[in-house]
Amino acid sequence: MYKIARENLSALFRAIAAEQELYLPVRTAGQVNYGIWTEDAEVDLDTLKSVKSPKDVFFPQSETLYTCVKEGRRLTVEPEALKEQRFVVFGMKPCDVQGVRVLDQVFLAEPADSFYAARREHGTVVSLACREPEESCFCKVFGVDCTEPSADVAVWFAGDDLLWKAQTEKGEQLTVMLGGLLEEASGQEQSLLEEEKEKTRRIVGELPYMELSLDGWDGNAVEERFGSSLWEELYRPCLACGTCTFVCPTCQCYDIRDYDTGNGVKRFRCWDSCMYSDFTMMAHGNNRTSQMQRFRQRFMHKLVYFPANNDGMYSCVGCGRCVEKCPSALNIVKVVKAFEKEGGAEA
Amino acid sequence: MQELRERAAALLADGTVDRVLGWRAGDMPWNPEPAYFETQESLRDFVYDGFCGANLSKYMIEASKLDGKTLVCLKPCDTYSFNQLLKEHRVDRDKAYIIGVGCRGKLDMEKIRAHGIKGIRTIRGAGIEEDEKTLSIDTIYGQKSISYEDAMLSRCHVCKGKEHRIFDEQLGTSKETQDADRFAEVERIEAMSPEERFAFFQKELSKCIRCNACRNVCPACSCRKCVFDSTKFDSAQKANSDSFEEKMFHIIRAFHVAGRCTDCGECSRVCPQGIPLHLFNRKFIKDIDVFYGEYQAGADAESKGPLTSYTIEDVEPGIVGERG
Repeated sequence: MYKIARENLSALFRAIAAEQELYLPVRTAGQVNYGIWTEDAEVDLDTLKSVKSPKDVFFPQSETLYTCVKEGRRLTVEPEALKEQRFVVFGMKPCDVQGVRVLDQVFLAEPADSFYAARREHGTVVSLACREPEESCFCKVFGVDCTEPSADVAVWFAGDDLLWKAQTEKGEQLTVMLGGLLEEASGQEQSLLEEEKEKTRRIVGELPYMELSLDGWDGNAVEERFGSSLWEELYRPCLACGTCTFVCPTCQCYDIRDYDTGNGVKRFRCWDSCMYSDFTMMAHGNNRTSQMQRFRQRFMHKLVYFPANNDGMYSCVGCGRCVEKCPSALNIVKVVKAFEKEGGAEA
Repeated sequence: MQELRERAAALLADGTVDRVLGWRAGDMPWNPEPAYFETQESLRDFVYDGFCGANLSKYMIEASKLDGKTLVCLKPCDTYSFNQLLKEHRVDRDKAYIIGVGCRGKLDMEKIRAHGIKGIRTIRGAGIEEDEKTLSIDTIYGQKSISYEDAMLSRCHVCKGKEHRIFDEQLGTSKETQDADRFAEVERIEAMSPEERFAFFQKELSKCIRCNACRNVCPACSCRKCVFDSTKFDSAQKANSDSFEEKMFHIIRAFHVAGRCTDCGECSRVCPQGIPLHLFNRKFIKDIDVFYGEYQAGADAESKGPLTSYTIEDVEPGIVGERG
């Protein structure tokens, strides 16, 4: 395990950025989101949750797939280049790292999504453990330990230092690259870290959502959950905006559209939201014609369909962004609790 | 709040209304949700406190399509939106039983979080009847406090007053919370150079994730199908393809609601990225005041809007060039 003094982090970022693109949480106009490091960037590692999850580093909100250009009678089709340079994402929280694993299930399954796969191949993830989780957090429910990041490199704040531990080959390579800046951590510093972790775990134990029960939510629950009359009640305050889906680290649906460039088209894909009225619109019309159906889809996908198709893995990681951001104060926790309450009432 | 709950139950019981549109207590002290109550029993979960910021007027568009009357709880500022919707024939007055509920300013969790308060267990002082000036917040990280004023939504600092503009009955007392000039922020931006102004909006709007929360919550945005969602035109726009488009959506929306926006502030309340979207609308309101005389959309349900009626004194389009 290595360490670097917190006050030297700028030097660390500068050293990474000299070699590779570096993405990290940056505060712009009052809000923290992941962005590219520059000398002027206001890096913010203290804010627990970026507004958007960092998924857009691997799966951007909007990206061109190919470009068609028409010149006279000649038509050329130019596929968009794949990511070929290595880059580093610094500061991803353990829940967001789990979010990337969910995305991997979707985009790396054969046939793999070449744009996503290229970014995953070239990206090195440095994950920062949480110290002061918030009441909206419930990562533990989905098996995430926020004190033990599992990524290429795991880092922790302890005392005045950042402790650094490479966990994969990519992580080792990054560690070698930064060799001059990192020092060996002493046994005393490592035991201080263990104390810090223990303190955080105690806090996790006290958080209101951490004991949420997922009983009854699994890949086998399709018919029972789908047909419940509760959805009619639950969806009603929903404004049909896409906030929950766009701040979510695991929502992976996208739309493919053409942008008219005047002498051709840019075919691009962009995030889509199952809350939107034209989601999965097809020639025959739309599969889901009411907001209740759209609302139900989001939670059925995360807690039933996804585990059914991915060996029981849920596509929620308990980051709590939807809990904090929904304009109508709806969220996945309220849905789970409503079913739990109903189950209790019947029993 | 108890009085309000009892009154709602009585109106449900005697058949005056078929449902109640209010707020249901959340599972956190800060997250009550807009909700319909159809039985007296369900009103057990009814809540009305400082965190009930949502403007329920817009829900009345859908509620107007339901059978029977809906009791709706409207705060003084919400009644402006209801009036405007009434003027635009988007809600049915006969389908609404309006209880004008008291208000002493609504709270903003973002402000509380920005104060470094997290790990919240309980919040005291957010009640509607209480007149405590401080919120006492018990958190996992210790006892915290913030003044009610500092935790208020920005819009409450330019409160339009404690008067309900339309109601069937009123319950509770209201307090005017204005302590800032409504147009001060707009004037600050007007004073910028064009380059500074462009940079300001560019920086703010670059955060936009096109979640459409501002549009969907907006009582003035009541089109059945938004032009940005329509697949029948080239205007469909799900994501910003470039930095021009990220501004276009908001600017077009501001133009579309000009003269109809009551300045309810819901757009800025719900924006997940904290974009001060109300500034666009407020600039229009300020200009309308200057060019057409002072006008407050939603102050009544009958008068003609300045941009939808012609008078010989109307300002000429050339004013744009003259003002620079």
